[in-house]
Amino acid sequence: MKKLFAKCYIWLLLAMLYAPLLFIAVFSFTESRVLGSWTGFSTKLYQNLFTGNVSGGAALISAVENTLLIALIAAAFSTLLGTVAAIGIFNLKGRAKRTMQFLNNIPMINPDIITGVSLFLLFVFLKFSQGYVTVVLAHITFCTPYVVLSVMPKLSQMNPNIYEAALDLGATPGQALWKVLVPELRPGMISGFMMAFTMSLDDFAVTFFTRGTIGLDTLSTYIYADARKGGLTPELRPLMTLIFLLVLVLLIIINLRSSRTKNVIE
Amino acid sequence: MVKRSNWSIPYLVFMLVFVVLPLLLIVLYAFQDSAGHFTFSNITHFFSDSDSLSTFAVSIEVAIENTLICILLGYPAAWILANRKYNRSAVTVVLFLMPMWINALMRTLATAELFNMLGIALGKGTLLFGMVYDFLPFMIYPIYTTLMKMDKSYAEAAEDLGAAPWTVFWKITVPLSLPGVMSGVLMVFMPTVSTFAISEFLTNNKIKLFGTIIQENINSSMWNYGAALAFIMLVIIGITTLFQGSEHGEVEGGLI
Repeated sequence: MKKLFAKCYIWLLLAMLYAPLLFIAVFSFTESRVLGSWTGFSTKLYQNLFTGNVSGGAALISAVENTLLIALIAAAFSTLLGTVAAIGIFNLKGRAKRTMQFLNNIPMINPDIITGVSLFLLFVFLKFSQGYVTVVLAHITFCTPYVVLSVMPKLSQMNPNIYEAALDLGATPGQALWKVLVPELRPGMISGFMMAFTMSLDDFAVTFFTRGTIGLDTLSTYIYADARKGGLTPELRPLMTLIFLLVLVLLIIINLRSSRTKNVIE
Repeated sequence: MVKRSNWSIPYLVFMLVFVVLPLLLIVLYAFQDSAGHFTFSNITHFFSDSDSLSTFAVSIEVAIENTLICILLGYPAAWILANRKYNRSAVTVVLFLMPMWINALMRTLATAELFNMLGIALGKGTLLFGMVYDFLPFMIYPIYTTLMKMDKSYAEAAEDLGAAPWTVFWKITVPLSLPGVMSGVLMVFMPTVSTFAISEFLTNNKIKLFGTIIQENINSSMWNYGAALAFIMLVIIGITTLFQGSEHGEVEGGLI
């Protein structure tokens, strides 16, 4: 009885959380321009999306390209910077270590709007013209802490002797790094990369403040402008549905990976 | 791995430029007029401007209500998810956390469209509903992780010593999970105050939150006043973080 009640509660909450997403997904399979009126099953919106046959199509396509490219570059740089930083922080001690960890926490505690406004002021202050580069730098800023946090546990799980052993057996520090350390850290780096990638894809506020006035749009700023004009472009429905699915698949992969590594350790 | 500690230097430099300096700039701009002279007028303007003050009050009110509803709905959910008797599936947990990773703007637009189709008028009620919907996963996640990490033997000991299930829950489980609730509050409260765009879409521009006025000022080149508003928000974040004491930033490796 209790168990049934618990299950019902969980599934009711999930139904509430997913209702709007399902609503969008269902209505991505009908042609109607107005959301909520069903005019028969059709995959026309998907076809339009993939052939670029959308009102304002070029702008939407370039927004999608920008989003993916920015996410890839930002995730790659964050993974590099974050991994090197994690190795450094792991080897620090006492106050220096705590200071670095505190600094690393700041971008995670700050609401997006604070990160966005503060970086906007930075670029204004440095008279750095805003556009692609500033958006990427801003994304690296809020993504790297998550990489650091996902690489750190791998460092503490690792047996430090194997690195020393490689050196004793004649490996150069470079070889020991590349052949011993990196393979040990790889699972953490990959999870960190994927997390950074999804964080960057999702971002709206920080991009909004750092993209400048050159008309650079990512998907979220495009959707924002589109919705303010009144009513969503119908082709955004299939696009949003595809993004929901992509994020779900990425998350399940990240989750399976981390539970698999946990099992190996146990 | 001797001397590897200097590998933290590039990141230290990066954070000084992109995290510390920008925050100092918020403070600097907040206390300057548009000509660059030191002034308190931005701050005093906020406290004498009834529009800003009432927006601020509304934001705090919505944030408190949102946080309370998220605790009321989220705590039982986290408890059930963390309890092996009721839930053994990691997929249910992922399903609860998944919305955290989807653009809040998209989810909000979807919610607003759903309200439109159902013929529900946009206003305070829909704003709260949408906010709860946006932030509930951020409350469930930290509570869930603290409950999972909790040493179960305390509860078992209490049971063995004759405590009723309800007593065990109130005297053992709840106090031990408070750090999780506190992180949840941190992840819900300030972000609610600071959202922009979300409140516009959920209320059809009827209700403005604090984030919206920051954005409006920055976008209309009133940088100094915008920075002052952001500074006020930073002060509140500082205070709420201090309240958390040593628990602050308890976000551990691998968010999932």
